[in-house]
Amino acid sequence: MTKRKALRTAFTLLVTLVLFVLLWEGYKWVGQQTDDHWPGTQFGLPVSTDDLTMPHAGDIFNELTDEIRAGRETLPMAVYLAKKAAFTFLEAAIGFSLGVIVGLMLAIFMLRWRFAERGFLPWINVSQTVPLIALAPIVVTWARLQGYPDMVGISLIATYLTFFPVAVSGLRGLQSPDSSDVELMRSYAASWSSTLIKLRLPAARPFLFPAFKLAATLSVVGAIVGEISIGTKTGLGRAILDFAQRYSVWPERLYASVIAASLLGLFVFGLVNAAEWLVIKKGREVLK
Amino acid sequence: MRENSEILEEAVSIRAADKVFNPDSDNEVQALLGIDLDVKEGDFISLIGPSGCGKSTLLRLIADLLTPTEGEVKVFGKTANQARLDQDYGMVFQHSGLFDWRDISANIELPLELKGWSKADRQARSGEMLELVRLEEFKDHYPRQLSGGMQQRVSIARALSFEPRLLLMDEPFGALDEMTREHMQVELLRIWRETGTTVVFVTHSIPEAAFLSSKVVVLSPRPGRIHSEITVDLGDRTDETREDPEFFKATTEVREALRAVEAG
Repeated sequence: MTKRKALRTAFTLLVTLVLFVLLWEGYKWVGQQTDDHWPGTQFGLPVSTDDLTMPHAGDIFNELTDEIRAGRETLPMAVYLAKKAAFTFLEAAIGFSLGVIVGLMLAIFMLRWRFAERGFLPWINVSQTVPLIALAPIVVTWARLQGYPDMVGISLIATYLTFFPVAVSGLRGLQSPDSSDVELMRSYAASWSSTLIKLRLPAARPFLFPAFKLAATLSVVGAIVGEISIGTKTGLGRAILDFAQRYSVWPERLYASVIAASLLGLFVFGLVNAAEWLVIKKGREVLK
Repeated sequence: MRENSEILEEAVSIRAADKVFNPDSDNEVQALLGIDLDVKEGDFISLIGPSGCGKSTLLRLIADLLTPTEGEVKVFGKTANQARLDQDYGMVFQHSGLFDWRDISANIELPLELKGWSKADRQARSGEMLELVRLEEFKDHYPRQLSGGMQQRVSIARALSFEPRLLLMDEPFGALDEMTREHMQVELLRIWRETGTTVVFVTHSIPEAAFLSSKVVVLSPRPGRIHSEITVDLGDRTDETREDPEFFKATTEVREALRAVEAG
């Protein structure tokens, strides 16, 4: 049953992709026929359709198989991007893991001490209004001054984005059990930590996994933004930076790297989905 | 068996208990006033009264989930707090409160797990308990796969798993349909007879209180006070008892007491 569901998801993704390509090419075709005007009018199209602004979808996909010179070796673009993505993935994964730990600890802390909820929650909210672009160089400079590689600073930026949904949803999840469930644990003379482990944490899972999914995609965004804002030597952020500079001559390459970035996002999202399936498939299978 | 044993001890003894919520504030509520109540070991007593009469609050005083503002609550001769720490009672709520993520056995084993029992002992006991509530074949199912009545039976099995001498029930059948409810009442009486557990049962159903109890305690609201205590003796009860004139007499007596309460 789950296998069929997975197949259906893959099929839906494929259909959506094909529709998107058709839309892209259709829009481009119309624009080419009307010299970038809405058909039969004098109104210009919002995005022009020349090959620089909107390369053919086919050219972008072809770009993935074209060779690119990287240092001394020559690689197919897809492999080149995959290597860069692997590095970014590592940064994102470290950032995500740290973010989950920090977020959960904050949630438990706020659960335990109500004054902490009142005192911390506003600051946690404020933390997310600080522009990442401004924050990134500061964090990385701190890390550099301590003699750490750039990766540490970049992972910390990813952490900064990921701890937030985990802390907020985690707190809601930990507070989700009915008062009678809490009374039940009290009637067993269960300690605060037993109540946390046997009741509150398991009950928080349906709140935590959506937060983890959001956090996972945010960790990739955080890692790429971190890479771009400090100009690291490797990672997808570097590739995007390089290709953006040469966009006017080779736009397909930037599009290809954007595709790689979104594939990486999809990949981490899929990983969290798989983890969720492993952890809470139990009890979900209701007899029909 | 309990029929043969002498009644030795007061299971619950409450003296001059008051409960005030939010004292000294604008929304101060006098929930209970001057409660005196004795429950003998082996008794089955029901607390009944209109909503807001504090019957659930009274049950929570016995359970030490709330503390009285004034007065004294003793459970098996100890303070209610000590009795809770010693786990002298099991509790059943209106909603079964089974944990979705645990299968039926694991739900029944939860209190045993907290007490640090070994896995083998836990499994042996949950097996016995499933037999007691007649749900052996559902041990690997999850709560959502069971009907409301079955879930409540699991909840009773969980409450009795560590063999407490007192069972506290807060409108346990309130969310069940009438047929299931009557069936569960017969089941509960069978379990009560088999285990000899003392039961304090909160309900707002007149026939339920009359059918189950050896004593019905009628409370009046605002502030909650004990209006009267009605002793019921229907002997061994079966579904036929519901058509018995004695049962009719008992329900009438409880109903009249409740009317007197309503009339103030």
